[in-house]
Amino acid sequence: MEKTRYEKLVLKYMPKEDSVKNCIVAFLVGGLVGVIGELLINFYSFVLDIPKDESGPYMIVTLVFLACFATALGYFDTLVAKAKAGLIIPITGFAHSMTSAALDYRKEGLVTGIGSNIFKLAGNVILYGVVSAYFFGLIRFIIFGG
Amino acid sequence: MTSKYNNVYLKTVSTVAGPLEKEGPLGELFDRTNFDYYFGKDTFEQAEMSMLSNSINILLQKASFTEKDIDLFISGDLMNQVTTSSYTAAKYDIPFLGIYNACASMVEGLIIGSSMIQNKFAKNCICSSTSHNLSAEKQYRNPIEYGAPRAKTTTYTVTGSGSALLSGEASKIKVESSTIGKVKDYGITNVFNMGAVMAPGAADVIARHLNDTKRKPEYYDLILTGDLGKYGKEILRELIKEQYAVKLGDNYNDSATMIYDLENQPVFAGGSGPACLPLVAYSYVIPKMLSGELKKVLLVATGALMSPTMINQKLSIPTVAHAISLEVVK
Repeated sequence: MEKTRYEKLVLKYMPKEDSVKNCIVAFLVGGLVGVIGELLINFYSFVLDIPKDESGPYMIVTLVFLACFATALGYFDTLVAKAKAGLIIPITGFAHSMTSAALDYRKEGLVTGIGSNIFKLAGNVILYGVVSAYFFGLIRFIIFGG
Repeated sequence: MTSKYNNVYLKTVSTVAGPLEKEGPLGELFDRTNFDYYFGKDTFEQAEMSMLSNSINILLQKASFTEKDIDLFISGDLMNQVTTSSYTAAKYDIPFLGIYNACASMVEGLIIGSSMIQNKFAKNCICSSTSHNLSAEKQYRNPIEYGAPRAKTTTYTVTGSGSALLSGEASKIKVESSTIGKVKDYGITNVFNMGAVMAPGAADVIARHLNDTKRKPEYYDLILTGDLGKYGKEILRELIKEQYAVKLGDNYNDSATMIYDLENQPVFAGGSGPACLPLVAYSYVIPKMLSGELKKVLLVATGALMSPTMINQKLSIPTVAHAISLEVVK
């Protein structure tokens, strides 16, 4: 059977993914994470009287901690599987990927296990984040003069 | 390559399974199940080894044998370096052959064992295949606690170990014939649709087996594939009809859709892995053969010979399937 004919046959029995539903869920959950971030900033600034430029980092640390904690407890993967991009794109996704990788290798040593594998999934984000920051910085410098 | 046997018998079988399989439709039929994925060990890889030794020990117990009575131990699993089988074999004083054909390992083992017994090189042979969902996920895909979204065609690696004791001594079920599969590659690169990857291998080996033995599909009371899954099953039906003019009737089923309750368990298109076919065949089909309800069964183990490295290099996934025919002795 030729490749194209088999491809057609496979597509015939391929169930449809709920793309629209997934997008809406990701949008709402991702937005909700943003809202929680803002609420945390306000909480740190107005309730705990932390200077406004410091409450940003505190908010990030809080979200990262919550994602790591929930991953370690074993609940976060179920949430991520449902919310998909909504929880993967924000900082929660980065923290989740590092914690889950570290958990997998916890019995294989601090260096050869956790150390060698913790950035398994996050390495991509770091590499291409830094590379794109470089290029966007360059573009900004050339167009806007810095 | 189809071979017929006249002095190979399936003396007894054993099955060990994990928590999700325990909650499935065949949960009560396994010899041993565990409430969690650790089986009392520290890591999932070691839990997998523990499942395999349990499977062997239960098998020896059922046959009233000790390891001294066994001439050969053939075992396959999904771990790199066939670790589960090798490290477990170290605990036994039995000559060992480690094999790998992914989810087709079960029948590959039975074929090698049957050939050894047919030629009187061995009198009693244990053939096992094992897999563990979490050790497989860690090795082939993402970290276990990572909630990566999955496609609806994804299958769920079964946690379990199935062992069979093949013997030259007559018993109720005999190994009648087998057909060794050819590796097929129909250009599928989607790792989330293993059913589509494996259907061509199954189609080829079933068609060749029927052709070589001059039989029609109706000859068998049951033709059982290993792990094509909910969608792969249908692809096989249409593919084998269109390409080989073989019509599979109601006597065809697939283990992936039998080991789990697809409606109520989070397993998408069904089970997969080297343990899928043995858990279903040994716990459900063999008892039906012993009671006379099924007399002639063709087991077709389907394996996706997937390599994560080759996927990254943009190659498509090859597959192989092996078939073995079991019959109740009259």
